[in-house]
Amino acid sequence: MSTIFDCRCSEEVGGLFPKLDVPAQGVEQLIDPHYLRKQPLRLPNLSEPQVARHYTKLSKMNFGVDDGFYPLGSCTMKYNPKLNDAMASLPGFAGLHPRSDVSRSQGALQLLFELNGFLRGIAGMADVSLQPVAGAHGELTGMFLFKKYFEMRGEHNRKRILLPDTAHGTNPASATLAGFSVTEVASDEMGMIDLDALDKALDDTVAGVMLTVPNTLGIFETNILQVTEKVHAAGGLCYFDGANLNSYMGKTRAGDMGADVFHYNLHKTMSTPHGGGGPGSGPIAVSEVLADYLPVPRVRLEDGHYALDWDCPHSIGSIHSFYGNFLVAVRAFAYILQLGDEGLREVSENAVLNANYLQERLKKTYPLPYDRLCKHEFVLSGKDVAEGVSTLDIAKRLIDYGVHPPTIYFPLTVREAIMIEPTETESKATLDRFAEILEIVAREAVEDPQLLHDAPVHAPVRRLDQTQAAKNPVLTYPFDE
Amino acid sequence: MRYIPTTSADRREMLASIGVSSIEELFADIPESVRSRFRPLGLPSRSEMEVAAIVGDMANRNKPTDAVCFLGGGIYDHYVPSIVGHLSSRSEFVTAYTPYQPEISQGTLTAMFEFQTAVCELTGMELGNASMYDGATALAEAVLMAERLRKKGSVAVSRSLFSHVRRTLDTYCWATNLEVHEIGYLADGTVDLDSLPEELSAVIIQTPNAFGVIEPLAGMKERIGDALLIVSCNPVSLGLLQPPGAFGADIVVAEGQSLGLAMGYGGPLLGLFATRKEYLRQMPGRVAGRTVDVDGKTGYTMAAQTREQHIRRQRATSNICTNSAHCALISTIYLATAGADGLRQVAELNLEKAHYLAEGITSIEGYELAFGGMFFNEFIVRVPGDAAAIHDQLICEGFAVESPQALQALGLDNVLRFAVTEKRTKKELDRLIEALGGRR
Repeated sequence: MSTIFDCRCSEEVGGLFPKLDVPAQGVEQLIDPHYLRKQPLRLPNLSEPQVARHYTKLSKMNFGVDDGFYPLGSCTMKYNPKLNDAMASLPGFAGLHPRSDVSRSQGALQLLFELNGFLRGIAGMADVSLQPVAGAHGELTGMFLFKKYFEMRGEHNRKRILLPDTAHGTNPASATLAGFSVTEVASDEMGMIDLDALDKALDDTVAGVMLTVPNTLGIFETNILQVTEKVHAAGGLCYFDGANLNSYMGKTRAGDMGADVFHYNLHKTMSTPHGGGGPGSGPIAVSEVLADYLPVPRVRLEDGHYALDWDCPHSIGSIHSFYGNFLVAVRAFAYILQLGDEGLREVSENAVLNANYLQERLKKTYPLPYDRLCKHEFVLSGKDVAEGVSTLDIAKRLIDYGVHPPTIYFPLTVREAIMIEPTETESKATLDRFAEILEIVAREAVEDPQLLHDAPVHAPVRRLDQTQAAKNPVLTYPFDE
Repeated sequence: MRYIPTTSADRREMLASIGVSSIEELFADIPESVRSRFRPLGLPSRSEMEVAAIVGDMANRNKPTDAVCFLGGGIYDHYVPSIVGHLSSRSEFVTAYTPYQPEISQGTLTAMFEFQTAVCELTGMELGNASMYDGATALAEAVLMAERLRKKGSVAVSRSLFSHVRRTLDTYCWATNLEVHEIGYLADGTVDLDSLPEELSAVIIQTPNAFGVIEPLAGMKERIGDALLIVSCNPVSLGLLQPPGAFGADIVVAEGQSLGLAMGYGGPLLGLFATRKEYLRQMPGRVAGRTVDVDGKTGYTMAAQTREQHIRRQRATSNICTNSAHCALISTIYLATAGADGLRQVAELNLEKAHYLAEGITSIEGYELAFGGMFFNEFIVRVPGDAAAIHDQLICEGFAVESPQALQALGLDNVLRFAVTEKRTKKELDRLIEALGGRR
């Protein structure tokens, strides 16, 4: 794949920016020459058509939701409505400087204020901060709030966070970054938190638990109230990872299950596009006991005017430059406004319907370790599909059939895991075709496994040498080659 | 609902094949005691057209284009070439996830590799990651990384960091029990390294700093002993200035908004993060690497993933997962469009125009530069009389200028800060000078 650094430079570029319209003083007059760049920047000077062709070509080597089915478990790769992008690019939002006088940013502040209200309502919790910009950032902020809570109460011994063994990798990483140690709690044979194991782990060194509801197996913790009651009774707090909100939005609320912190992934549930890895938005909703500690600034409505409030003496401080990923918030706001209560409920109902429909059909072909009603996603196993064939082989073969592979090898509690989340924006025809493809691949695995080992063959590149990438990393363009 | 393609006939068929009679049965595993507490928002469904009108009204209430923008402090009103938005908004880029399946993510991965290369070129460093959330969290992560490497439990921070960056850094340092020493500045606005405490994991400098002043990085690394030198900088200034890497910086971070991103009321932004090759294992964030496929064809894949949370869990170098990938793509296309010559031209335009404005303002009786140090595209002016009143007057006259209240966080009174980009015309600069009572 060639890069822009491989392109031949043009001689006559420029013309993007006007000539200087004030009297020139000269760079050397204004800056001590010792401070000036000695080596010219090795950024190629290209003509505009070269740039257009290069990035158009790159885009065609990508696969997005608009290209086809993207059942990436835990990532909620639903269709991203174009209205939302249009709203985010309105000049009144996109062109607004974060240090603008509040008299010129009333519309933006109103949007933040109203979205805050929507997110409080959807979570059923006391307050919300829109400042975290990703799910993991919301987790980290939540862990900072836990820390503050126990600091204020003088309970300095509460240093442990309990996590189920099915937790996302970001959970233990976030807890550790905030200075907590992590204790794993095993799941029972139903894939849910083992209440006895929880009882044993709970004591006065526990700051709280981090739960994912439904869990990463797509299973709703039917004991959720017992879990949160036990944790609260032991003096701990309950963190809810909201990655899986798409399965119960508009039908039930984290606050009603005992959550103290719940993080949203607006780039999942609220359909804002993921952009090849970001930006996202990870607002947190909190219970009453944590509301005073939320990041500053807060948006307030005073006498009909919106204002930024910095005067929150117990706040943990700021966790991002300004007010979070505002343009992502605009998209989510437009989405919620369009859906309303009815639409929010239809989203989760159809997401759950689609997942159960696929699960029911596919469990006839692939082992389903936890065979029960699922929520928005389910986890199959690629083990024992055929001798010598791995989940990775199955995933790569799916690429040849034009679908994006599911999440694989997660959660860690299922061997050779294949985690499928269809979302609500796929038709029955798409689901049927996907199931058919997985059935074909299972047959191929038995009859002609080499097809799977060689896959993909219909992709811009075939399987990449990860060993070389790890052993001898080339992480920047080798100009000297 | 128009984003759900399933028909009611499909739904009946699907329920039958699952073996349930209603959608409600699919939710029977949620305890009734939880479900009975549910309360809706009381929000009706709306058509696309209605939503466009409501949200459009909110956007119109902001009116940023009614004022001439002299706001800065880390976020700048730069010109973005048309092609940047056109290419970056192709849905193959926008609607893709993190490139976990490299064979069908070569577009994202190649752009990541280009971005990392461009970041290294700009900063003069050997290794760059694929982006952090913003400049503030990039700096916070740099400090945590320095602490992992040096383990001294304390860091020194220049007083002249942007206040939003400092606020974020303080939160991360509080949470990780890191002691933060503040280092002051000299009369010319540059950092005063004379009273540096010993036993530090890192010394953190920003250039150009919050006063707009360019810090003398030469010799700094030698003066701070074993501590890592972390430099936060403005990437556009690096079109012109010698990069921090050339002065021995160990970690360089920056807010990348200047490189083609919308100001967007402060988000999404783009954190640039670069360091030395030897620190790869301690670096936070994703990174793309070049390799070959089974046929020997060049391709890109995520590299050094054993540092990351999805593999390493509680032993990861950071919890970051979602980053600012699409913002990094935008900045890469911006840099490809501008090229080295274009970026240098932008930097020169910023430099010259900022100095033209500064000279115009300081030729007015009672106005003077707060600091004598060299500056790039923003500067602080001491004003005669009440800065807040002058600010309010400028706002009324159609200028967007930062509130002097915000500058009090830097310990400065009776001052205003002005930033000037290539977008400001001579006419606009003259109008501001005249509004303050100058020339005519």
